[in-house]
Amino acid sequence: MFKKFIEKSQLKSPWIVHLDCGSCNGCDIETLACLTPMYDIERFGILNIGNPKHADVLIVTGTVNHRNKHILRNVYNQMPEPKMVVAVGACGLTGGVFRDAPNVVGGVDKVIPVDVYVPGCPGKPEAIIDGVIEALAKLAELQKEGRKKK
Amino acid sequence: MYSTQNILLFGLLSILLAPIAGGLITGLDRKLTARFQSRTGPPLMQPFYDVAKLWGKERTTTNVWIAFSAWVYVTASATTVFLFFIQSDLLLILFVQAVGAVFLCIGAFAVPSPFSQIGAQRELLQIFTYEPLLTLVVISMAAVTGSFKISDVLAYDSPLLLELPLMFIVLGYALAIKLRKSPFDISASAHAHQELVRGVYTEYSGRYLALTEIAHWYEVVFVLGLCALFWTTNWMILVPLLIVTYLVEIIVDNGAARMTWRWMLPTVWFTGLGLSLVNLTWIYLG
Repeated sequence: MFKKFIEKSQLKSPWIVHLDCGSCNGCDIETLACLTPMYDIERFGILNIGNPKHADVLIVTGTVNHRNKHILRNVYNQMPEPKMVVAVGACGLTGGVFRDAPNVVGGVDKVIPVDVYVPGCPGKPEAIIDGVIEALAKLAELQKEGRKKK
Repeated sequence: MYSTQNILLFGLLSILLAPIAGGLITGLDRKLTARFQSRTGPPLMQPFYDVAKLWGKERTTTNVWIAFSAWVYVTASATTVFLFFIQSDLLLILFVQAVGAVFLCIGAFAVPSPFSQIGAQRELLQIFTYEPLLTLVVISMAAVTGSFKISDVLAYDSPLLLELPLMFIVLGYALAIKLRKSPFDISASAHAHQELVRGVYTEYSGRYLALTEIAHWYEVVFVLGLCALFWTTNWMILVPLLIVTYLVEIIVDNGAARMTWRWMLPTVWFTGLGLSLVNLTWIYLG
């Protein structure tokens, strides 16, 4: 019963850590807008916790380049399982308009596994919230599969 | 008044029920805070979801001291509440509570992360600020009732608030620091919108963060229990008194900006010690 409550809680309390991987700040402003009373992500139990060691969902914005890919991997590795990754914006998805630049690696998924892609330039706050909720839906699927395996 | 067995049973029950009460109070606090900011806010059960989720996370720690400190912190806090409800000695309770609070810092000091280190140092300064105030509150209770035992404080037949009104304000300062409310959320804040991010909690993760949260709930119950000692003769006044006290803390939290420890230490000591001096002189002369 306690295990079931933990699984339910994992869907009810996704704490996020937000990493700017060389974004133009457009997507970052939209991500932070989710915290305002207008969007109020705390309704879903989401807190912008700012510490990878406490977080469940990693929100990455911006293009990944050869310098910051190490930081991205470091932040990802510091997060304890279960964890989800949401890539936000055209740059986070594919590298966007910068994809052909010599210093750019490309999208976030070139470095770490991404669970949900939120398109847009910048991604809208509604879409970002929806992205996190989609990540939770995926986590719920994974929980179901885990139960079947046993 | 009560038999020894009943009191022990009451103490053991309090160990089980205090985290539930503390969690609900925290949930209500978050909901009210959200409403004050014209947000909907999280569900009432949110603190329990958070702790259960953290409990189920992968266990990763930098070293074993963090785990040890988290367990000592939660054990000391639970013991504090247990001693409080078996109506033990107030000074003993304060010392046990301080052990727990200091172990939270020791765990944070065990890791070389700068966030954790600065957070722990600020937490120590906060403990340094409120401990003398709590001690003074307890001493003035003893000055009025003639004993440090809670059972004797409970047996005292008129409300302490009438004789120690200024000490209640002093306790309010300690409560605000203990609850990590603005302007005193210096070492760590609930919402991580500050330069220290999670401060003293930075290196506690997963299950150990859940333990520190449960320990915090115990402390909330303990400090509210101290407030309750100020009006033990009548439940009809005691309950509204606690509600109003907590509501004032939430309003101050929402209305105040976070200050620095350089402001906190002199301000709280000056007001706290000043008010205590006036109140104790008044008891002594009267």
